[in-house]
Amino acid sequence: MVRVTIVVDVTVIATESLSKRFPRVTALDRLSVDVGPGVTGLVGANGAGKSTLIKILLGLSPASEGRAEVLGLDVATKGAAIRERVGYMPEHDCLPPDVSATEFVVHMARMSGLPPTAARERTADTLRHVGLYEERYRPIGGYSTGMKQRVKLAQALVHDPQLVFLDEPTNGLDPVGRDEMLGLIRRIHTDFGISVLVTSHLLGELERTCDHVVIIDGGKLLRSSSTTDFTQTTTTLAIEVTDTDDHPDGTRAVREVLHARGVEVLDGSNGLPGAGHILLLTAQGEETYDLVRDVVADLGLGLVRMEQRRHHISEVFHADAEDRDVTKEAAVHGS
Amino acid sequence: MAVEQPMQTAAGAPGDQTRIHNIGYRNYDGPRLGRSYATRSLYSQSLRGAYGLGRSIKSKVLPMLLFVVMCVPAAIMVAVTVATKLKDLPVEYTRYAVIMQAVISLFLASQAPQSVSRDLRFKTVPLYFSRPIETADYVRAKYAALASAMFVLTAAPLLVLYVGALLAKLDFADQTKGFAQGLVSVALLSLLFAGIGLVIASVTPRRGFGIAAVIAVMTISYGAVSTLQGIADAQNSSGAIPWIGLFSPITLVDGVQTAFLGAKSAFPGEVGPSSGQGVVYVLVVLGLIAASYGLLMRRYRKVGL
Repeated sequence: MVRVTIVVDVTVIATESLSKRFPRVTALDRLSVDVGPGVTGLVGANGAGKSTLIKILLGLSPASEGRAEVLGLDVATKGAAIRERVGYMPEHDCLPPDVSATEFVVHMARMSGLPPTAARERTADTLRHVGLYEERYRPIGGYSTGMKQRVKLAQALVHDPQLVFLDEPTNGLDPVGRDEMLGLIRRIHTDFGISVLVTSHLLGELERTCDHVVIIDGGKLLRSSSTTDFTQTTTTLAIEVTDTDDHPDGTRAVREVLHARGVEVLDGSNGLPGAGHILLLTAQGEETYDLVRDVVADLGLGLVRMEQRRHHISEVFHADAEDRDVTKEAAVHGS
Repeated sequence: MAVEQPMQTAAGAPGDQTRIHNIGYRNYDGPRLGRSYATRSLYSQSLRGAYGLGRSIKSKVLPMLLFVVMCVPAAIMVAVTVATKLKDLPVEYTRYAVIMQAVISLFLASQAPQSVSRDLRFKTVPLYFSRPIETADYVRAKYAALASAMFVLTAAPLLVLYVGALLAKLDFADQTKGFAQGLVSVALLSLLFAGIGLVIASVTPRRGFGIAAVIAVMTISYGAVSTLQGIADAQNSSGAIPWIGLFSPITLVDGVQTAFLGAKSAFPGEVGPSSGQGVVYVLVVLGLIAASYGLLMRRYRKVGL
């Protein structure tokens, strides 16, 4: 099959001064944002309007004003056509405990319009892709949280949508499960060719996963730009060295020499115990790496690590929150 | 009936073990059959679910047992008729469901919550509505499935009676007419009962409450109505009996079939509604069915996502 190639500048989701007002609260306030193909993170605190936005985009809840398009289809009039082409993974539990993952996902595939045989084949494939093997024949009630999240993801992917909405997919997972889920989300785009809109209230986990991040707060757009814009304006190097008899405090020795050479060095510990051996410096280019190598070698120390530290999106977020008006313009521009 | 085969079979085929594990992702380019297919699938899944098919062994026990309990008396009647060469069946087709109403109510009480409360309780409903299927499709599929399940339950013993009557060489035209009237009656009963049961069950995500509430509504309304009718009969005000009968589901069905389907009334003193009153009965039954549907629609518009 020739899947319709998505041209890079085509937007997957487009909203135009989209507002949603409930009697007491304004969930979305004139939100205008364009989202392209790839993995897009939708970040905001709890109650920022993420779930409301997804409901509107699925055509299930009418907007108070403004308009929105998903895959070029108007949410107000083409809701059914949109829901045929997108997948949705809710934030809350949604799995009956007394059926197996296979039975459940097959049923959901048929609810998406897949014929019985195709529904079974796609279910087997999809469950394997999300990492469920023999356990898929057992009742879901006995699954761990991580396995349940995979089943929820599988039911969103089983009909091979062009776009999936994942609402807080890492909720309730331990760090390992969280990493696996994030890796899986990355693969949904790179391997499966499906665009992803993933919400989270944790900024840090999205920077590794997303191509693009949209931050909303109180229903308003705070910022929308690509992850690289957020995090790669400068590169910070983290280095750690061993101590020797000549230099009982290797870290300090390196810091002094680098300082003498005019390189600004920060203490990477942030006051955390045990992290005092890490030095942070801003890389100006190739020569910084060479300098560090030479300095460490001259001192006869061992270089334990030298790695790039990206800025965290949260730093950007905090900076944004301080002067919202300025960045809002940038956000509209960035989209 | 379009009951489809259980779906687990192919997924567990031996091909699975021999398959190389990391074949890449394959896109789906086959047909997408859309809303009406999804609605039909939900209908057949719910109908099978009402008899525990495609569910655990445990959930098959009660509906199957009730089905057997429904059919056994019919089989016994047939055996008696054939053995003793009776001129007619001991019970009219239209009367059978009235006699067995406790079993029917029990089936409704156990299966209506099974059909809708589970989706509410485990919050599966949003997964349906994030798909092409709409609120109305969901409600129609669930309503039709439970009504069909009730029809299977109530029509099966009538079929046993009919086949038995023919084996006993009773009058063919007579029996066929009675059987047809019986079928119309139980069809009406199925729609009415399923509607009432689903409305009650859809209010609570707890299955236990649903079961208790359905049983309560069915037995209390029938108990109150038959008591009042008994009192009216004892006080010789038999004119009130048909009007009282409007207030419980089973007496409603009884009234309709007495007025229009040639049934003998089960009311005290066999005081069934007249044709005029029968029209009121039909209107009330149809009104209740429509109201159940409307209430279900309203309920599910709220629980959407």
